[in-house]
Amino acid sequence: MTWKQIFTSSIGKKITMALTGVFLILFLIVHVGLNACIWNATGKNSDHGRMFNIAANFMGTMVVVRIIEIGLFVFIFIHAIQGLFLEAYNRSKRNVQYAINYGNRGSTWYSRSMGLLGTLILLFLILHWINFWIPSRFTGVKDQNGNIMEFIVPGTNIHMHNLFALMQITFSQLWVVIVYVLGCISLGFHLMHGFSSAFKTLGVHNKRYVSMLRGFGYTFSIIVSLAFAMMPVSFYAGWVK
Amino acid sequence: MEHYNMNLTLKVWRQRNSKEKGKFETYKVENISSEMSFLEMFDVLNERLILEGKEPIAFDHDCREGICGSCAMYINGKPHGPWKANTVCQLHMRAFKDSDTIVVEPWRAKAFPVIKDLVVDRSAFDRIIQSGGFVSVNTGNAVDANAVAVEKENADKAFAAAACIGCGACVAACKNSSAMLFLSAKVSHLALLPQGNPERKTRVVAMLNQMDKEGFGACTFTNACEATCPKEISVMNIARLNQEYFVASFTADK
Repeated sequence: MTWKQIFTSSIGKKITMALTGVFLILFLIVHVGLNACIWNATGKNSDHGRMFNIAANFMGTMVVVRIIEIGLFVFIFIHAIQGLFLEAYNRSKRNVQYAINYGNRGSTWYSRSMGLLGTLILLFLILHWINFWIPSRFTGVKDQNGNIMEFIVPGTNIHMHNLFALMQITFSQLWVVIVYVLGCISLGFHLMHGFSSAFKTLGVHNKRYVSMLRGFGYTFSIIVSLAFAMMPVSFYAGWVK
Repeated sequence: MEHYNMNLTLKVWRQRNSKEKGKFETYKVENISSEMSFLEMFDVLNERLILEGKEPIAFDHDCREGICGSCAMYINGKPHGPWKANTVCQLHMRAFKDSDTIVVEPWRAKAFPVIKDLVVDRSAFDRIIQSGGFVSVNTGNAVDANAVAVEKENADKAFAAAACIGCGACVAACKNSSAMLFLSAKVSHLALLPQGNPERKTRVVAMLNQMDKEGFGACTFTNACEATCPKEISVMNIARLNQEYFVASFTADK
């Protein structure tokens, strides 16, 4: 079997989705963990984003992370393109639709809507990149008036992007907060099905692991999407400043 | 349960042949016994249609015992009707109430083209089996049944997978029209047994290629197939199929 044959069969296409999906799940752990540093800026002992800015700066400047970032974009790209193609491929297999739908028997609405949820996440990601990734990599972190925002680590002369301030500005707009929360809800449902399904696609069929992965998958999906959703809400509500 | 008679309205898909477009037609049936099977109800209706000089409704059936997998009707949004782990022939009219409206459609999938009315061409399944769903055995005396040791647990799992009657309900229920539950049952029942072991790698690849060629979709693990399967084949067979494919393809020699 050639590599092409392996990855273009109907199982092969799913293997691509599963492998890239698992990588993206690993990325989410890093992303949510690092962003959770913003909650060091709550209450009386707020560090005003010091920990978050230092952590974000480390991720933005460390060469290994930057190389992995290229892989991340390649994987997001493959996952999205393959996912859309797969959705079209699967839809093309029934040319006459049923008069009465099969409905929720045995399946959940979100397991049948992975294409839709994925598309919503992709649309959300475009906004997310415009908000944060492009400014921090290319155009510079600026406030509403176009002034560069820098963070100087207290007690040192180290200058870095003030991404914390950028988050504050971005999440002061209600519509952005709403879009982010909706994006996180889509992500949560996408993961609820995707997490355990990815491992089944990779061939995990032993009962003990399947039930473990299902439980872990649900927990992971809820915690990660909830944590992400609380970030813009925390800024908007003024819990973080 | 008490016996009762009922009057029903049927909306049945009528299609003259695979070329022409079909449409729903409405029929009233009266005095249907609650003890009749769904197919017997169709027999009653067809007798009447014949007497009226009309074309009877074509549908597939054979054993009427729930073991051959011939009958195939999509009833009120579910393959084989409302009961769980059941075929149409074993669906009894007591599943319905007087004055119910029942919508009956054929399996809908590109790989299962409609031949006439409710009859679809399921020969794609036969070609999948022909491509590798067998074991090659030299002719000669039959080997003693106890000569090959089989672990009890695997024998049970293989038997559960082999219960698949190839009716195609999994394809009909799947939003992707995927035949993966069928394929996984056929691959699993051989992969779990020592007799199937020598050809396991070539089998899974050949059968999957044939399935793709026939125009079935890919599996997205919604589990809809398992919920409708008359033999309750587990979707875990699909995960086992994936493992078989994974091992067979990535360890291929060239």
